[in-house]
Amino acid sequence: MIHNEAIPVVRAQGLRKCFGRRVAVDGIDFCIPRGLCFGFLGPNGAGKTTTLRMLMGLSPKDGGELTVLGLPVPERARETRARVGLVPQADTLDPDFTVAENLRVYAGYFRIPRAAIDARIDELLAFANLSDRRDARVETLSGGMKRRLTIARALVNDPEIVILDEPTTGLDPQVRHVIWGRLAELRARGVTLILTTHYMEEAERLCDTLVVMDQGRILDQGSPSELVARHVEPEVVELRGAPDEALLARLGGMDARIERHGSSVYVYTQDAAPLLAHLGAVHGRAILHRPSGLEDVFLRLTGRELRE
Amino acid sequence: MKPWLDLDWRLPRLRRDALAVWRRNFLVWQRIIGPALVLNFGEPLIYLLGLGLGLGAFVGEVGGLPYLAFLASGIVASSAMVTVSYEGMYSVYTRMVPQKTYDALLATPLDIDDILAGEMLWCASKGVISAAAILLVAAALGVVGGFGALWALPVVFLVGLAFAGPAMAMSAVAGNYDFFNYYFVLVVTPMFMLCGVFYPLDTLPAGVQSLAQWLPLTHAVALIRPLVLGLPSSDVLLHLGVLFAYALGFYLLAVALVRRRLIV
Repeated sequence: MIHNEAIPVVRAQGLRKCFGRRVAVDGIDFCIPRGLCFGFLGPNGAGKTTTLRMLMGLSPKDGGELTVLGLPVPERARETRARVGLVPQADTLDPDFTVAENLRVYAGYFRIPRAAIDARIDELLAFANLSDRRDARVETLSGGMKRRLTIARALVNDPEIVILDEPTTGLDPQVRHVIWGRLAELRARGVTLILTTHYMEEAERLCDTLVVMDQGRILDQGSPSELVARHVEPEVVELRGAPDEALLARLGGMDARIERHGSSVYVYTQDAAPLLAHLGAVHGRAILHRPSGLEDVFLRLTGRELRE
Repeated sequence: MKPWLDLDWRLPRLRRDALAVWRRNFLVWQRIIGPALVLNFGEPLIYLLGLGLGLGAFVGEVGGLPYLAFLASGIVASSAMVTVSYEGMYSVYTRMVPQKTYDALLATPLDIDDILAGEMLWCASKGVISAAAILLVAAALGVVGGFGALWALPVVFLVGLAFAGPAMAMSAVAGNYDFFNYYFVLVVTPMFMLCGVFYPLDTLPAGVQSLAQWLPLTHAVALIRPLVLGLPSSDVLLHLGVLFAYALGFYLLAVALVRRRLIV
């Protein structure tokens, strides 16, 4: 199939969704280019999952325009869903079937011819590293295996877009790295990935472009490095424990910006060396010096910490 | 809760995608075929032997028929109702809510229209399986009128559709499994008693008889009993019409209610 690279796979303008009087998505605009990994970063309740549900045509919008693969959604969502794979947040695997049967039955919903299914299943099981579990019952799988199977299931129809709602939430760190590896491979094959996350590291590693969402609004969008460059100084020194007001006053005079959140003080600066030299003389403090990241962007944009 | 007029009443479209849902349920059923068939054969056998032979010895003839024949032909219809109601509530609800099977289905090109049409066809198929089991048992007991009794099975399929709709509508509004007790106690059990399964309708008071005319099981029994026993039928179009109306009306209601539940 020939695709026009210039046409975005998803375009939303003024997209809006209310539940009763609560505004879940408050008139957002975004464009998702083909072949990239696009992220929605934000805390729980930011409107990320609602946005994904609207993309799938499973949540009627209350306002705005939405097209997926050039077709209006939800009006033509049946057609778009045939070309999209979804990895939902909750496990929706069929407990009555084995690993391979889950894929075979699911392929049937896409009217994939029987003859084509078996070869496809072998391929998907290999991709998900589940070839040796093909006849295992789903309930015997670990959380990480289930998530890999869910990703494999989302690929049965050879989708142009894969939508992942919090793909690694609740998984342990090793498993998370395995999933990231699989997603990076999909992206390398040219599949457009759309994901939601509240993990900074996930957004920084996977996403080419992302939008930062909070309370139904998009606060800014760009690549992780663009967002960092636009909103925060390149280096941050984090001081934990009760702040020493006199010390903070001195640091403030050293061309640094100071923010307090919870029990930490964040000192943002262009160059941390003089600051650290000064702090080196102060004892009894936990100090963390690091390059600034999306966490800091989020703090700056919302005044709140994203991590839970 | 929103008022009922506020539901999305757009007409569902029927497509062959519904068969994929039917096939999924069939594959699962194959796994549990042992216990499923024990239920399908065992229960009617006990009813027929216990009531038909035991009670039949006292009753003798009912409506000009040996009681065992009268009862067996009625139970073909009522067991379709019970089987379909269980499937349409406990099983459909399990797939819709705790197991999230519908969420997985809705990420494919399938719509709620297709899912519920497939569920309905599957419920009716299970009704036919249970009716076929009873026919076999009844034939073994010598009360079936001949091979013409097989015509009862397509009618049972329609009966199944008529009962699947209301059951799915209940699933669509249920908050838990206990909710289904209302339907069984207030709807299924009364029909079991009032619709001519165990005794002829005309033994009931006139008011109850006219109420029974509105109930689908009455029409199911009226169609199925003569077919099973090889007797002449009457008012066939009326009975078929009532069953069609239940099937169609409650399918539309179930689709609207499930849309409200899942498409939010």
